[in-house]
Amino acid sequence: MKAMNRVASIALHTFKEAVRDKVLYNLVVFALLLIGAAILFSSISVGIEQIIMIDLGLSSISVFGLIMAIFIGIGLVSKEIERRTIYHILSKPVRRVEFIVGKYLGLVLTLVINTAIMTAGFYLAIYYQKRSLGAEDFAPLSAIYFILLQLAIVVGLAIFFSCISTPVLSAVFTFCVYVIGHFLSEIRWLGTTLHSSAAKWVTQVLYYLLPNLSDFDFITRAAHGEKMSSSLLVSNSLYALLYVTVLISASILIFEEREFK
Amino acid sequence: MTAAAPSKSGLHSTRNACWALLVLGFLALFAVQRQIDRETDVYAKINEVLYVRSGTTLRSLCLGNEGLLADIYWTRAVQYFGRGLMEGTGERRFELLAPLLRITTDLDPQLIIAYRFGAIFLMARRPVGAGDPQGALQLIRRGIVANPDYWRLWQDLGFVYYWELHDYKSASKMFAIGSQQPGADFWMKALAGTVAAKGGDLETSRFLWSEIYRHAETDAVRKTAEYHLASLKARVDLDKLNDLLEIYRRKTGHDAHSIYDLTSSGLLSGLPKDPSGIPYVIGPDGHAALGEGSSVDLRMVQ
Amino acid sequence: MLAIETKDLTKDYGVGFWKKRPRRVLDGLSIQVEKSEVFGLLGPNGAGKSTTLKILLRLIFPTSGSARILGKELDDTSAHARIGFLPENPSFYDNLTAEEFLNYAGELFSLPAAERRRRAARLLAQVGLEGARDVQVRKFSKGMVQRLGIAQALINDPELVFLDEPMSGLDPLGRREVRDLILDLKQEGKTVFFSTHILSDAEMLCDRVAILHLGRMQGCGELKEMLEMDVAKTEIMIQSPPPELLEGFKAHGGAWVRTGERVRVEIPSGSDVSAVLGMILQSGAEVVSVNAVKISLEDYFMEQVGKDARIAPEKAAVGPAKGER
Repeated sequence: MKAMNRVASIALHTFKEAVRDKVLYNLVVFALLLIGAAILFSSISVGIEQIIMIDLGLSSISVFGLIMAIFIGIGLVSKEIERRTIYHILSKPVRRVEFIVGKYLGLVLTLVINTAIMTAGFYLAIYYQKRSLGAEDFAPLSAIYFILLQLAIVVGLAIFFSCISTPVLSAVFTFCVYVIGHFLSEIRWLGTTLHSSAAKWVTQVLYYLLPNLSDFDFITRAAHGEKMSSSLLVSNSLYALLYVTVLISASILIFEEREFK
Repeated sequence: MTAAAPSKSGLHSTRNACWALLVLGFLALFAVQRQIDRETDVYAKINEVLYVRSGTTLRSLCLGNEGLLADIYWTRAVQYFGRGLMEGTGERRFELLAPLLRITTDLDPQLIIAYRFGAIFLMARRPVGAGDPQGALQLIRRGIVANPDYWRLWQDLGFVYYWELHDYKSASKMFAIGSQQPGADFWMKALAGTVAAKGGDLETSRFLWSEIYRHAETDAVRKTAEYHLASLKARVDLDKLNDLLEIYRRKTGHDAHSIYDLTSSGLLSGLPKDPSGIPYVIGPDGHAALGEGSSVDLRMVQ
Repeated sequence: MLAIETKDLTKDYGVGFWKKRPRRVLDGLSIQVEKSEVFGLLGPNGAGKSTTLKILLRLIFPTSGSARILGKELDDTSAHARIGFLPENPSFYDNLTAEEFLNYAGELFSLPAAERRRRAARLLAQVGLEGARDVQVRKFSKGMVQRLGIAQALINDPELVFLDEPMSGLDPLGRREVRDLILDLKQEGKTVFFSTHILSDAEMLCDRVAILHLGRMQGCGELKEMLEMDVAKTEIMIQSPPPELLEGFKAHGGAWVRTGERVRVEIPSGSDVSAVLGMILQSGAEVVSVNAVKISLEDYFMEQVGKDARIAPEKAAVGPAKGER
């Protein structure tokens, strides 16, 4: 159907535009350098070479992935509006919903490719350190998958805030929600200890409203060789899919009403 | 299907679809979140015991990178501990050791190496360790809560009771519990029995320290085990020499004055040396003693 | 079917945090653009020209009133398949090349691949960007960006083309090329709707114009009629006039300007041109030439705009008074 083709076209060109960005390119290079450096660090650490290799490698992928997600996420809608490139798209037979969905898919594709590159670097480093790769070495892949799910949510947040705010503010809000998203269990627990029932209620609502990102943190456990249960895999995938759907729907609703002066 | 339907209703249907997705999405999220909560409940229970919020708040601050931070703290703890040695003062630093290990294990409760390191060096008396056996017990207990399947932590717990606190009843209990954990070595059970019956004795001590030596994951632990084994061997040798001295006295009616007395009387076939390579001597009080220049430290086995 | 039709199109923007005082940027615009004509939307900066275009393209939404493009209501985006749009001071994606962007534009119109390639090549040649097809837009000059904008506006061979200040940023050669292009489009039977504040361009290209000032339409119609509507002047060039002759002109309401030996006399219509000519001939001055001067668009414009200039600012801020409309 024509609409799907347009969405695919927007996604593909968003990907092309993003992937050629100098900043992105440098971020990936830095991440790879850091992963390479992990080989050095792990030899310094007493008794935990394997553990620190995985901790540092996966944390690099996670942190750089986050920076990328926020950075290009903002460029998606906020920058397009600010730089008026959006006029060319919306003056053509493109529905606003197609624009948002296409943009989102293009960005997720960019993240997947960049993460794949970093993952390849990661496994090269592991191979260099261990001189062999066995089946158990691929356990961290599930942690990386969870990192990607987190980033998919972050990108959704970036788009959502982009629809209502300037590029800089969108980046700030997205980062804030990312941080809060790791504290939600704390916040809910805090609510149970406070005496005010309003506070209890508010913290409960926040817990279910904001994205619960700490559920996706598997880096440390992967470093200890723990295997992910398939039910957690499914639950989290479902959660991410649902949350992204919610974010994109909200974004579309706002975007439909937005004016481009 | 080419041309769009009359757009007003087209827009409405997009809008309705989005609202529907929003509402349904949140409802479904609510359900899935509760499912995830059920699955990760195990970890929540651990948190209850492990000084609850400060630990988990610290972990949350790391935004998922707590493992890396734990590794960094662990490296710092080891470097801190060994800095005195590096600086040539021969002294080790202890004040911050417990807090550093505590933060490390708060961040990564599964970093076994930190518990085992802490067990030895918090327990041991100065100048070898911090001289804080209670602190060691506390650390190991937290380690057991977070890693209930790791039977060696029970071994370490028992060892602290045995070696430093001389509480043989508790030690035996710990070894007994540990022997029942999956994968426990066969000797744990026997050890529980021996300690309960005989309390502290040199053979048991040598066995435990050699276990530690064999499975040491850090050089510091290995070295300390080595020194303790050396002291224990010396102690055993000295006891044997004292036995020989007693036999000599009974045979000849007077005390021996030097080792050569023993060798010349045929009780000893060679010149026994202590683990540092220095021959034993007979001290002024008539008992066997370490020779001059020996680096063995008998205080360790008092 | 009209190409464009608006009825009482109005746009208010909320000013201030609680959006209490609306600022009216477009006030009841009603125009009709026929097919195959070149229609100019004229006015100074801030008149509402861009606003009108953006409302028509559904980039912003009208506060009240209605409009149709090619017979379709504004929220029917299927009409967009047959139009082209060049925004003012366009900007494009930095990292795509000219060819990639045109290809992208073509994809959004669901053009088949071979067709896209053909048209892209042709358009790039037409706007003189042939050599830059593999260059990333990041490296384009302002003029090149403008040309790419024109190319992407035509990729779907539209029936109706919207151009917002198409001459901006171009050197005289570029402006000439755009003018020629607009005439070409007209030849092909396309409708061109463009906004500009450069009156000489409009004069040269438009069949009809509408003049916008502070959101209100001040005049609309065929250029010929508008310019003949108002008073034309007669211009007489004379050589070496005696002083008393020049005095005599004042009586007839004429104005004169001396350049060296020659004097140019302007006589408003209504005055008796023959009488003035007689005076000149009698005085013995030499008549070099006699011309009927049509009022220029600029004069007309100044007249329309000037009327409101002094009282305009307050009016714009307040919007319609209670009871009006």
